[in-house]
Amino acid sequence: MRTTREVRKMRPTGSMRTLHAEWTKFRTVRGWVLGCVGAALATVLFVLIGTVSSNQHPGGAAALPVGPGGEAVDDSYSFVHRTLTGDGSLTVQVTALTGVLSDPNGGPGRTSPGVTPWAKAGIIVTPSLTPGSSYVAVTATGAHGVRMQDDYVHDRAADLTGVPSPATPQWLRLVRAGRNVTGYDSTDGTHWTEIGTASVPGGAVQAGLFVTSPAAVQTDGGGGSSPATATGTFGRPALTGAWQGGWAYAQVGQDAGASGSYVPGTTGGYRANGDGAGVGFSITGAGDIAPVVGGPAGGPAFTVETFLVGTFVGLIVLGVLAAQFAAAEYRRGLLGLTLAATPKRGRVLGAKAVLVAAVAFVVGAGAAAVTLPLGEARAHAVHFAVLTVPAAEQLRAVLGTGLLLAAAAVLALSLGVLLRRSATAITALVAVTVLPYLLALGGMLPTGPAQWLLRLTPAAGFAVQQALPRYEQVLSVYTPANGYFPLPPWGGFAVLAGWALAALAAAAFVLRRRDA
Amino acid sequence: MDGGIEIEGLRKRFGATQALDGMSFVVRPGRVTGFVGPNGAGKSTTMRVVLGLDAPDAGRALVGGHPYRSLAEPLRRLGSLLDTGALQPSRTARNHLLWLAHTQGLPQSRVDHVLGQVGLADAARRRAGGFSLGMRQRLGIAAALLGDPPTLMLDEPFNGLDPEGIRWIRALLVSLAAEGRAVLVSSHLMSELEGVADHLVVVGRGRVVADTGVRELLDGVAAGRVILRTTSPTAAATVLARAGATVRPSGPDALTVTGVSGEAIVSLLAGNGVSFAELSAHRVTLEEAYLELTREAVQFRASSDPEAGR
Repeated sequence: MRTTREVRKMRPTGSMRTLHAEWTKFRTVRGWVLGCVGAALATVLFVLIGTVSSNQHPGGAAALPVGPGGEAVDDSYSFVHRTLTGDGSLTVQVTALTGVLSDPNGGPGRTSPGVTPWAKAGIIVTPSLTPGSSYVAVTATGAHGVRMQDDYVHDRAADLTGVPSPATPQWLRLVRAGRNVTGYDSTDGTHWTEIGTASVPGGAVQAGLFVTSPAAVQTDGGGGSSPATATGTFGRPALTGAWQGGWAYAQVGQDAGASGSYVPGTTGGYRANGDGAGVGFSITGAGDIAPVVGGPAGGPAFTVETFLVGTFVGLIVLGVLAAQFAAAEYRRGLLGLTLAATPKRGRVLGAKAVLVAAVAFVVGAGAAAVTLPLGEARAHAVHFAVLTVPAAEQLRAVLGTGLLLAAAAVLALSLGVLLRRSATAITALVAVTVLPYLLALGGMLPTGPAQWLLRLTPAAGFAVQQALPRYEQVLSVYTPANGYFPLPPWGGFAVLAGWALAALAAAAFVLRRRDA
Repeated sequence: MDGGIEIEGLRKRFGATQALDGMSFVVRPGRVTGFVGPNGAGKSTTMRVVLGLDAPDAGRALVGGHPYRSLAEPLRRLGSLLDTGALQPSRTARNHLLWLAHTQGLPQSRVDHVLGQVGLADAARRRAGGFSLGMRQRLGIAAALLGDPPTLMLDEPFNGLDPEGIRWIRALLVSLAAEGRAVLVSSHLMSELEGVADHLVVVGRGRVVADTGVRELLDGVAAGRVILRTTSPTAAATVLARAGATVRPSGPDALTVTGVSGEAIVSLLAGNGVSFAELSAHRVTLEEAYLELTREAVQFRASSDPEAGR
């Protein structure tokens, strides 16, 4: 037979042929192709709806400063500083860290004394007073002892764990040598313990004393925040090395930034203590030097999650397609023809799974790649702050959206094979993915059950889109209601992928066992 | 072409129904084998077992000597038409064949060839969902021919066809067998196979009732049957019955006579003064032969539980 010989030349393997055939099946049903476009459009259009309706702060927050790592940061503090042109050191003792808190239940103007756990009084080296600049700091805190922090995201605990007081002063020291800055602490100004080393750019830097205080966060109940102002009392700064000029004061950052604000009646400032110039300083400030997180500590800002919120709509549409791609075989007896052409049933299912996963990945990643810049453009248009995340995080959210939809599509396909009817399969898919996701993140459930849903159900996979950062050194309410998944991004995805693979294995089992 | 199908002792039970009950027969190359039996006799189930779609409880089916599910490119070994509704309505006829072609690594040219062969070239880019039953049959046959297989297996291909379509399929089946292919065609109406089938496998209640050549079958049933036309059938019947013949009326002025030869009839009627107009050997239709064969099975069916169709 002529045709047989003619064909033998162009010969991919059996699996590739099956995949090719399934792709032909998929692309030749116009409704399915349009469905893919619809899934992408739904995902993208949701961002437009979302960014229109959350226009609560028109003309309010400008873009948040971005730190050296590309993440949105708070960089607001009261700073008494001098210029250090080369190597040198700064040593000072902190003798008090006190503050004023707004009483959230006491009505306007009611305040009480106190400091927030991450209120800071310390010393800092930074090349610039521009918010978002690189820095290295050693600081006493309200409740977390002495810390050495640099470039917003790095935080090291020092030996000292107490709160500064005249009886227990905390001695702090920064030593600059070339690009390296090393931090030390001491209880007596004599015996010093090295905390660690970090780097700042060369050339002239500003170095000195700073105080700041993030807002007080209610970690229970609704999780609101209220203004807090801190005052740090420093001894006389001891300087060695290449210092220039005299002490100057600056409020770095606008007001108190996104994470803090001044208690009504207080303002940022400083006062020289003792007789004569420069014996010591009392500095008052509010704000924070830290990455921006979500929840009450974050303040209003659009996030990657805001922009990708339409993903669940795309997931439903793609789930319908994937379930139909399986159920259509049963609906019209097409499966008999499919299996007559390819008797290896596992291969048919595998080809279908690869196909729907690939299509869903392209749709998901493509829609996310369009949605993120579109959302940012929308945010700028309405003068709404955007919580910038590093490019690698954005890339992970984009690819993760593709993988999330791919895994969900495989789950839908498997349910379609198991249940043989698309309506039933889609209902099951929505019940195990979208519903837990909406219930947990919509704040309709208490934190505990919401977190368990996002650990156990396939909805855990949405964690792969998580771009909201979480830092030990920033107090916030890291719960699903504030957009925080209990599992890390890839951990959550692994839960979904596990469900999808288990369903696929079950589908392969019944497909092999059942009469077609 | 090493075509042909061997079916050996297939048994298959669906719940309370024994759909296949020791089905065994062979489909040989170079001829059309008619697969005949009432609805529910197990024809479709047998074909589904051949294709590996249904697993038999016992027995086996081989295509060209191999189990179908072991074939690497099965559509090049066996072309089949099982269910004309097995298509996605929104897909065009050509795309329906295209994905099938891709499963076997067949080129697009093969798709266009079979579309022309079944007369659907002009409808190739129309949605198959809008096709008439006849056009769907043609599309299903195109799918069966796609791999140019040495063996073909068609389930009720005459269903829904107009007379022109039936003529076309008959000619096609005959020509496919003439090319040396093994062709198995099922039908619940024996008349459809008249003039097409060379061999018959008659089934009832999941097993083979008769496995015979068409010529032998007709000869066997027709043996000694004579049609008598007369204006006095009552007198003729009385005379012939007295001589030991079996006589049945087959028309207003006609009798069917068996049990005595044509010469004996002539002399008996002449001797008794009964006039007659014509005496001829009866030409048995396949339908009659089939009814004769299955009478027993059908009676058995009517008196026991009904068989579920599949």
